[in-house]
Amino acid sequence: MSERLNLKPNIANADDFYAELLAAHEGLSKEDSDALNARLLLILANHIGDRDILAAALKAAKI
Amino acid sequence: MTKIFETPLYPYTRQADQNAAQPVRRKVVIIGAGPVGLAAAIDLAQQGIEAIIVDENDKVSFGSRAICFAKRPLEILDRLGCGEPMVDKGVVWNLGKVFFDERQVYEFNLLPEEGHRRPAFINLQQYYFEEYLVNRARELQQQGAPIEIRGGNKLIKIDDKGDHVDLTIDTPEGPYQLEADWVIACDGASSPTRQMMGLDFVGRIFEDNFLIADVIMDAPFPTERWFWFDPPFNKGQSALLHKQPDGVWRIDLQLGWDINKEEEKKPENVIPRLKAMLGDDVNFELEWVSIYTFQCRRMENFRHGRVLFAGDSAHQVSPFGARGANSGLQDTDNLCWKLKLVMDGKAPESLLDSYDDERVYGADENILNSSRSTDFITPKSDMSRLLRDAVLDLSEHYEFARPLVNSGRLSVPCTYDQSELNSEDKLDGPTRSRPGSPCADAPLGEGFLLDQLGDQFTLLTINADAPNELDVDGIKIKRLALSSADDTSNAIKERYLGNAQQAVYLIRPDQHVAARHDTFDQTYFTNALRRAIGKSV
Ligand SMILES: Cc1cc2nc3c(=O)[nH]c(=O)nc-3n(C[C@H](O)[C@H](O)[C@H](O)COP(=O)(O)OP(=O)(O)OC[C@H]3O[C@@H](n4cnc5c(N)ncnc54)[C@H](O)[C@@H]3O)c2cc1C
Repeated sequence: MSERLNLKPNIANADDFYAELLAAHEGLSKEDSDALNARLLLILANHIGDRDILAAALKAAKI
Repeated sequence: MTKIFETPLYPYTRQADQNAAQPVRRKVVIIGAGPVGLAAAIDLAQQGIEAIIVDENDKVSFGSRAICFAKRPLEILDRLGCGEPMVDKGVVWNLGKVFFDERQVYEFNLLPEEGHRRPAFINLQQYYFEEYLVNRARELQQQGAPIEIRGGNKLIKIDDKGDHVDLTIDTPEGPYQLEADWVIACDGASSPTRQMMGLDFVGRIFEDNFLIADVIMDAPFPTERWFWFDPPFNKGQSALLHKQPDGVWRIDLQLGWDINKEEEKKPENVIPRLKAMLGDDVNFELEWVSIYTFQCRRMENFRHGRVLFAGDSAHQVSPFGARGANSGLQDTDNLCWKLKLVMDGKAPESLLDSYDDERVYGADENILNSSRSTDFITPKSDMSRLLRDAVLDLSEHYEFARPLVNSGRLSVPCTYDQSELNSEDKLDGPTRSRPGSPCADAPLGEGFLLDQLGDQFTLLTINADAPNELDVDGIKIKRLALSSADDTSNAIKERYLGNAQQAVYLIRPDQHVAARHDTFDQTYFTNALRRAIGKSV
């Protein structure tokens, strides 16, 4: 696994972020929620950009 | 009006070979007069090698198949003496629009780089493409070049004897025997040659059907490529609209897997679909309709002894990306100079194995690209559809998502990075011109650089000294001496010098770079030439 993929806590005010994530999905149908997640995933992946980190993240997600 | 594809262009006539008591030995026999077989024959005949094409048919491709022809094949056609009529007739386009559901999500411009003789793409019906190749073959024939197209000649038996190939050709007057030193099998995706030789053709079938319609209409659609994902007139599927010459438009409608092909093809079913797409008030006439299923597959090897496979017989791709005929032309471009050197006794027969290496590599690149396009256009699972739709939705708002939209990665030539014919790179030059890469065009005087290359090995010198003529093992290398003064547009500096002040390039007859150095080093270039013709150094 890439040394550079950060799997240590890295989000300040983690509870706030998590609440924000749930709030974004509030009131959405399953279909719209899935679409939102997919868009979010792509936006974050593009922000990271680094192919090695993305590959390591894909691997890390397959627990 | 009789269409060109309904007119016999090379009708059957009896040949002296059919009356001979013993089978006549020919130099190169080409099976199939499609775009690839015709290009091979022209290339060989232009260099004085006898090329006999046999085709079971006597007409150009029925209806329209290929429509998009890319820059590299057009450059190859320039070398073959017939690029001009294609480009004159073809429609040049640069703008593409992508629609999702009911709205346009974005548009793109191919923004072709300046300083190339040929445009990034033209649209031209395959039947014109083949007609102009046939015209060129006839022109060469009239000039005395050893080229023949034998219509109504069907290959029914093939036997590689090791030092030649035995062929049995059927005709309306019965079969005859022929011998060939070499055979190039350009007999299309269902290649009878391949089947008769019991060779494999493996890959992936895409479970999908596409309705291809060429319609003649007088409509104000601009000269652009329009691609729809999930449009209201073809829910859950895709569609493509593209302009061809003569007011003919190519329409491509994805239909899905479980359909009745015969029913879907009937005009009473096609016309309502097209009306839904084009609008009720547009008048159109159907020129040609068919339904296709796509496959991506290739032979394991393109060379089998004295039989060489090129074009669709060797590899097949989905049409998204226009890589079929475009890559077939790159096959013959790669093959013909090698075959000539081997036939002239100037290169070892093993040079032909590099055709296999290089073009299998090219085919894999094409198959990879066209499979990925097909996977984007036709998502294979709920999750892949979800991600695909997310990309499309984002592309409307954010630039970052646009490169992820894949409605076909349009054909570009491949760089033979791993080729054994390449020599070590000895120039701090631009990576785009590293050994293995196709030469980029550039303005030169009144014309263009590529017009000065081709058919033979060339030593391109830029601000560098070198002998004007070189002879290595009986192969003449002509020099093309340029200096910065010739480079008024700066394109040669940008494409061939980079950080270097001067450069020497050894360029193969197919306009790929074999070697480069910052000075003329006699030993380096002698070895480079030997390596480029398959000799061990
Ligand atoms: C809908 C569609 C759209 C396409 N769009 C594009 C595009 O935009 N750009 C692109 O580059 N490509 C495109 N292609 C692919 C392109 O049409 C093919 O790659 C191209 O025709 C292959 O040329 P070929 O010469 O290898 O084979 P073919 O054109 O198939 O020619 C084979 C020839 O061999 C002859 N033959 C067969 N058997 C025998 C026999 N036993 N004896 C003698 N002769 C025989 C046949 O009569 C035929 O003339 C498209 C294809 C389709 C179906």
